[in-house]
Amino acid sequence: MLQAQQVSVARGGRCVLGDVNLALQPGQVLGVLGPNGAGKSSLLGVLNGELAASSGQVLLDTQPLASWQGRRRAQRLAVLPQSSSLSFAFSVEQVVRMGRMPHDTGMAMDEDIVNEVLRAVDAGHLAGRSYLQLSGGERQRVHLARVLAQLWPGADGQVLLLDEPTSMLDPLHQLSVLDAVRRFADHGASVLIILHDLNLAARYCDQLLLLGDGSVQACGTPEQVLQPAHLHRVFGIEVLVQRHPERGHPLIIAR
Amino acid sequence: MNPVLNWRVLYPLLAALLLLAVWLSLALGPVSLPLADTLRALLNITGLNLTEVQAQTELIVSQIRLPRTLLGLMVGAVLALTGVAMQGLFRNPLADPGLIGVSSGAALGASLVIVGLSRWITLPVVLEPYVLSAAAFAGGLLVTALVYRLGRRDGQTQVATMLLAGIALTALSGAIIGLFTYLADDSTLRALTFWNLGSLNGASYSRLWPLLVVALGVVYWLPRRADALNAMLLGESEARHLGFDVERVKRELILCTALGVGAAVAAAGMIGFVGLVVPHLMRLLVGPDHRLLLPASALAGGALLLLADLAARLIVAPAEMPIGIVTALIGAPFFIYLLIRSRG
Repeated sequence: MLQAQQVSVARGGRCVLGDVNLALQPGQVLGVLGPNGAGKSSLLGVLNGELAASSGQVLLDTQPLASWQGRRRAQRLAVLPQSSSLSFAFSVEQVVRMGRMPHDTGMAMDEDIVNEVLRAVDAGHLAGRSYLQLSGGERQRVHLARVLAQLWPGADGQVLLLDEPTSMLDPLHQLSVLDAVRRFADHGASVLIILHDLNLAARYCDQLLLLGDGSVQACGTPEQVLQPAHLHRVFGIEVLVQRHPERGHPLIIAR
Repeated sequence: MNPVLNWRVLYPLLAALLLLAVWLSLALGPVSLPLADTLRALLNITGLNLTEVQAQTELIVSQIRLPRTLLGLMVGAVLALTGVAMQGLFRNPLADPGLIGVSSGAALGASLVIVGLSRWITLPVVLEPYVLSAAAFAGGLLVTALVYRLGRRDGQTQVATMLLAGIALTALSGAIIGLFTYLADDSTLRALTFWNLGSLNGASYSRLWPLLVVALGVVYWLPRRADALNAMLLGESEARHLGFDVERVKRELILCTALGVGAAVAAAGMIGFVGLVVPHLMRLLVGPDHRLLLPASALAGGALLLLADLAARLIVAPAEMPIGIVTALIGAPFFIYLLIRSRG
């Protein structure tokens, strides 16, 4: 289990994240919401070890994250950055197979996993293509497949951190990709996902964390967090909150 | 994109090309030897006294051509391998092992000694080549260390800053070498030109050993970092999240390149374009996977440098061109071709 205990992050002398407590629960998807500059990426950075906490600590199991040996940590924790700078002509299959680097499960099993995760993100048909010939959304799905492969099939104790995995996807793939993430969490892994779309967050997340100005503004179930008052305070938007007629989760409509 | 050539086809082809290059390199030169005699002489040298060969043939092969060929093989392989390493480190297929300042630093070290020897210091003549090589090696390492220091910030190595520092220090070294060239007399000028354009001339076994040690190290070590280099292409954060100690990998790659290129320049002067073009060409053939790319580049680097050296020896025979001119004459247009091709 990954947890942050009273974590603060300072960048260039300015506090960008103050006093955050959270624990990622097995089998649950935690959505992180907040306007630009609210500290979402700083939170992700400190949770994945890229940024050092200026106070407080991040624990994986009961051990500080920084004291984990790199390869062992990679077997437990996978991270999808917002964008990738890969500019070499690997095939899609090769890119996804890199997710298996921390493991010694052998060629045959890795190949099965690569095929499974590619199908899971609806990219099975891209396997033999060159990564450089893909569109932005296709690339995003390939990288999601790569980090899924790193933890596949997902188990209790594993942690997946996703930074806006749907930002470049068409409406169909936003749903199918988040469905895949949801199913992955159902196998026992904890997932943290930064999202901008409030309705996607309401639909797929068990818990939500609303960040504003570097601190937690609200935390709880989608019903508790997605309230007009919170959203007005944090985003400055006026919304109506209805109930999804079929699924029952909150539905956010701008006024 | 699937690689143009399967590695099972490419490797034997490269190995055959390499053997052919070695054979030609042993046989051709100011005195051309029959190919069969060359083989016999080579067998005699290795201790298999099967047939008689003219003493002169054996002497030429063993004392002149063989050390020169070995030097070319190692310099070519090391430059190509370190080229792959730098292109991986900088995540840029247009990077060159000289980017981190090591080649120009080595040339500067050599130039300092050449000018120093001609003006102020006198050394026993036997020692001169060793001092020269040592100075080139030290110069390369020093400038690289400086570039590395300049690229460090908050305990992290910023490759973009390193790149800029490398360009700046390369320009500075070039300016100092230029100043020496301007001040030099005729014989010093020839020696300086030799270092700045490279040559395999004057190879001898005694000067091969240091390069051999470094080359074996590079050839042994770099392919063991193939997975880390693949992960680095995704990005440094991504490599870290895949479990690699990225700072350590970067340090090791830089050290490996500094040692390899330093030793290569110390032994044969600055030879451009091999470290840039060979990895690029091999990537087109086998794809970017370093597990295949590194061995292919080593083979191709050795073979192409030997062929370039043959051209350097034969085009203006009995005189010799600096090999750097040949590699640049072939490499630069090829590079431009690659640029146009990738744009289209």
